Amino acid sequence: MARLKVLDTDRCVGCQLCMFACQRRTGTGGIAECAIHVRSRGGLSRGLTVIVCRACEDPPCLSVCPTGALLKRKGGGVVLSPKKCIGCGFCVEACPLKAIFWNEETQKPVICMHCGYCAEYCPHNVLAVEEDQSARQ
Amino acid sequence: MLANDPLKRVLYIDLSTKRFWVTERPELFIQNIGGTGVASALLEEECPPEIEPADPKNPIIFAVGPANGLFPIASKTVSMFLSPHNKLLGESHAGGRSALALRLAGYGAVVIRGKSDFPVYLVIDSQGVKFRDARGLWGLTVSETGRFIREREGGSGLRSILRIGPAGEAGCTYACVVTETYRHFGRLGLGAAFGYKKLKAIVIVGKRALPVNDRKLYKETYDEILKRLQEAPSLRKYHDIGTAVNVLPLNKLGALPTRNLRSTRFEEAEKISGEYFAENLLGRRLACAHCPMACIHLAALRTPYEDEPYFYKTTFISYDYEPIYANGSMLGIGSAEGILRLLDAIDNLGLDAMSTGVVQAWATEAFERGLVSEKDTLGLKPRFGDVETYLKMLPLLAQKANEFYAALASGVDYASQKYGGQDFALAFGGNEMPGYHTGYGAHVTHLTGSRHSHLDSAGYSYDQKLSPEEITPESLAQKLFEEEVYRQILSSAVCCFFGRSVYDYETLAQCFRLSDFDYSVEDLKLLGEKILKRKYFFKKKRGFALKKLKIPKRILETVSPHGKLEEAFLRKALSAYERLLEDSGT
Repeated sequence: MARLKVLDTDRCVGCQLCMFACQRRTGTGGIAECAIHVRSRGGLSRGLTVIVCRACEDPPCLSVCPTGALLKRKGGGVVLSPKKCIGCGFCVEACPLKAIFWNEETQKPVICMHCGYCAEYCPHNVLAVEEDQSARQ
Repeated sequence: MLANDPLKRVLYIDLSTKRFWVTERPELFIQNIGGTGVASALLEEECPPEIEPADPKNPIIFAVGPANGLFPIASKTVSMFLSPHNKLLGESHAGGRSALALRLAGYGAVVIRGKSDFPVYLVIDSQGVKFRDARGLWGLTVSETGRFIREREGGSGLRSILRIGPAGEAGCTYACVVTETYRHFGRLGLGAAFGYKKLKAIVIVGKRALPVNDRKLYKETYDEILKRLQEAPSLRKYHDIGTAVNVLPLNKLGALPTRNLRSTRFEEAEKISGEYFAENLLGRRLACAHCPMACIHLAALRTPYEDEPYFYKTTFISYDYEPIYANGSMLGIGSAEGILRLLDAIDNLGLDAMSTGVVQAWATEAFERGLVSEKDTLGLKPRFGDVETYLKMLPLLAQKANEFYAALASGVDYASQKYGGQDFALAFGGNEMPGYHTGYGAHVTHLTGSRHSHLDSAGYSYDQKLSPEEITPESLAQKLFEEEVYRQILSSAVCCFFGRSVYDYETLAQCFRLSDFDYSVEDLKLLGEKILKRKYFFKKKRGFALKKLKIPKRILETVSPHGKLEEAFLRKALSAYERLLEDSGT
């Protein structure tokens, strides 16, 4: 299965179109349910960083989920089963990239599902969808 | 409007009592949309008629609109206050992240009342307001203030940090508020209004979802608008070279104000052109939140430390057409690096770069003519082209080092009333001149615009499209009036004016409908007139009259691309504009 890849954060201009696109998948505005994050590296003069799940093959977030709400995704990463999720936030803590976000309104984690919708809106080719190598072999 | 849209929430903050509360005011937004419409209504409610700008009763208002957080290039916040600079309507718009942060924190507007008795900064989030002690930040530059607050507060990437520098603290009447290091509430002195209130900074953090009434149509409308924005040829130039692309064409046209507008062509224009900056200094490009244009251009300036060999610093400094004009050609400075050093100092002091350049240009000519002496300037000898002296004058001015610098800190109108030289004091309605001497259109905009800004009705663009024979005072007034009416709606959405070729009335109505605001194109035109008139009457109540406006002689002496400008033509256009404001059918 395909996965989202951050090609070059130095090309990022900080427009956050990816963040708004991620929310728009749900047909709404804003960024509450957004699984990708763009922020400065300590002030805009230092450039930007793009944080999003990189689809680990052995995801640490999955290991710490106490209710089995995170299922292994084919091609890497996880899929969240919201019904099982109790909102403990352990997965957020476990991710070394801090790529699991939190929806304050639902009190549930927000995790990239690698659909690639955001990449279609990136004006500067920072993001791309990559076919999984192992799947091809 | 939609029942669950947080836009209707107005956040009231009282700095005197350190209290805050939220009032839901759906009618306010239904009647005025948001942005300029809502802010002007709130200003009318909040600002008593006979106060001075430093009075604690002078409110600071911020407003966003329905398009913020939903549509691309809708990335501006509108601020309103009684202007410390011209004591009339203070209205300033800024990009960056503040509009998104405010909208997604769940507010449509903020009203700041009162005055703190010690320096504070505010943190605004979905929970409300936290008052933070800013005594330890008072006196710091804009960049230092940003750095300390950035490290102390949370929400990186979801927030905006609005702050002032020493100029705002000292009450320099054209001090600005800086946001996200590189964007500004630049004009008419919001920074001084912050300073009067002992308000050093505001952090806004937000990440809500926003509702629409038709999810499928929302996605389709969004895609259509984004496509049009990306394909619009008029937007391409802002994307590539940035607004500085205007330097060479305006110079060629003979419309680039040079050396306090003694001429309109600068022999060193090539060396301060957008092309020169792009080829030699451009280090990074940035965008405001939710804008595909990325028009923010940062130069990487490498400067050596004098006291130690092989010891350098590299600073990223943003540049745009207006700051380049005001601190370049207007001061006879033909060095891009020199301009950047000035802009860096101006930004850190928290001054409006446009007014500052025009003030220094006036001071130079006043000094040349002997209206002011070395005693006034504290031994400095301002001279066109002399970057080092201008750099020394900036902190003196921002801190009002003596009577002369305090006069400069109040703008050219004030300084020239005190020292003479009104004929070459380039201000309109008390606001220093933008970088266009293109013809009647530009100056009628500067005179009639509710903010006395080139952006109010863009007469400079009208000048470049029409030949002089095609323009009459009445037709010009009519055209600029219609444009200014339209821009009230654009800035109520709140869209960046660079998106104007895409966001016509029809498109705006379509966007508003998705938030359940039901306006026809005709409704929007009437509402635009109503908002514009409201702003005009706010000024009129405070003694403003178009017929009383001073016209600096210099603009009549220096030939424009439309020839020598006649005062009678300008006066006729002002009368025509006044009639439109007084009589229009609302």
